[in-house]
Amino acid sequence: MKKTVKKPVIAVGPFHPLQEEMEFFQLTVDGEKVTDIDVRISYNHRGIERISESLQFDQIPFLVSRICGICSASHPLAYVQAVEDIAGAKPPERALYERTIINELERIHSHLLWGGLGGHIIGYDTVFMWAWKYREPVLDLLEEITGNRNNYGNVKVGGCREDIPNEIIPRILKELDKIEKKTEMLTNAVLDDPVLHARLKGVGVLTREDAIKYAVTGPTARGSGVAIDVRRDDPYAAYGDLDWSVITQTEGDVFAKAVVRLLETFESIKMVRQALKKLPDGPVTMEVKEIPPGEGIGHAEAPRGETFHYVRSDGGNRPTRHKVRAPSYVNVPSFKASCIGGDLADVTLTLAAVDPCYSCTERLAAVDRESKVIHDYEALLQMSRDKTARIKKELGVPGIKMEDLQIG
Amino acid sequence: MNWKIWSLKKSPWVFHVNTGACNNCDIEIVNLLTPKFDVERFGIKLVGSPRHADALLVTGVVTRQAAPRLKEVYRQTPKPCVVFAMGACACDTGIFNAGYHVVGPVDKIIKEVDPNAIIAYVPGCPPKPEAMISGVVKALSAL
Repeated sequence: MKKTVKKPVIAVGPFHPLQEEMEFFQLTVDGEKVTDIDVRISYNHRGIERISESLQFDQIPFLVSRICGICSASHPLAYVQAVEDIAGAKPPERALYERTIINELERIHSHLLWGGLGGHIIGYDTVFMWAWKYREPVLDLLEEITGNRNNYGNVKVGGCREDIPNEIIPRILKELDKIEKKTEMLTNAVLDDPVLHARLKGVGVLTREDAIKYAVTGPTARGSGVAIDVRRDDPYAAYGDLDWSVITQTEGDVFAKAVVRLLETFESIKMVRQALKKLPDGPVTMEVKEIPPGEGIGHAEAPRGETFHYVRSDGGNRPTRHKVRAPSYVNVPSFKASCIGGDLADVTLTLAAVDPCYSCTERLAAVDRESKVIHDYEALLQMSRDKTARIKKELGVPGIKMEDLQIG
Repeated sequence: MNWKIWSLKKSPWVFHVNTGACNNCDIEIVNLLTPKFDVERFGIKLVGSPRHADALLVTGVVTRQAAPRLKEVYRQTPKPCVVFAMGACACDTGIFNAGYHVVGPVDKIIKEVDPNAIIAYVPGCPPKPEAMISGVVKALSAL
């Protein structure tokens, strides 16, 4: 057996006081500097895709809203868009606007939540208390519209379950004014604070090149100067009719990501206000009689990035395959680029800066029960390659190399 | 009254354990600490280690990977320790009942370690913060 020099390894997780969820990071350190990071997840894998295949199309929105409690409007929205894609259904205008309103309210509460947790992680609990205090009225609005503070369960295939009563619109607008004022105060305080500048600037930098290389999405990408946003690039619901802008920052550090999130909150407030003013009259739901055989995709911009759902139907009342790709799935590997070389004390902050959501991400658990071996990503990749090679050999298909393909 | 129980009821310090929840109950638990609900005025405090905890707030369905960790966390707490199963998933695994990776609910796993564990249930998806406070008060006054 080869003898190797053991490097000091620091474990973060599975239960860490700064993390809401179970995840495990193995940090290899040299003094105070982080030299390597290994991520081990799937503590939170619940087998949602499999459960989904045993439920009917109309029941699944309730399941997918429980993929993640914070993105509980984006996941069902992406799912119903995928099913509507198969059925060729076009929901009524009012439903599209309502979906927009609920999604943007969700974004406001999620970004304020992140702002608070970010403050908590660096030990600045004043920011935490403020941000979460200002987030409460948003939850009250959501409760008034949908009946629940989180897990709204409001979208369904072909529309929305509940209507926004016209009488409460003036009250929502008034409340939004208050929320905007408070968020403005918070944002100015954060941008003004020399302590936060000193603590957050230049920490956990994800360069533009790395952002593109790791294919990150959402505020993580926009904080690194990559202007991608599903709402603008492929408008769904009513985003095409609204006037708003994509916020980007070029620095790629934690401060830039915080600024992106805080400024996006204002864009969201603007969008909700426009959507409420433009809200067309009419029904909020249409009947979708049957789902024909076929496959469909739906995506939505969740607070953390692009959420993607794929649904395949065989003409029955249950999907035969349902695939979910959540934004944190691509954002989490970018830790390799942003943590290595940084200080140990900055790691938890850098990890939190992409607003990772493990309950969203964990679609896969690979456990070999006999030998108790847990396969890592490399091993799985190798296994998949081996299997492809075996199938190729069995079928007698010649291998194609990249160089052989004529491009252009 | 046992002095241990008597001391447990004053200022319970809690440790939060997520065993495969959707984050919803978790953010509502953190919400309890913030100005609108502010349970710290009753001495209820989130602590960073199970060794300091009088109560465990357990959320989630208990996945296959989480079960041994949950048992370990429970073993580390000083006894008596009240286990709160927060939310529908923790109470009876809820919508994820059919999942192949779900071994819960919480009470089943905790009773494997300690058959006489004190377990309180707060149902809801997610339970409202008011419901959580009410659950904690009811459980502590029943001790």
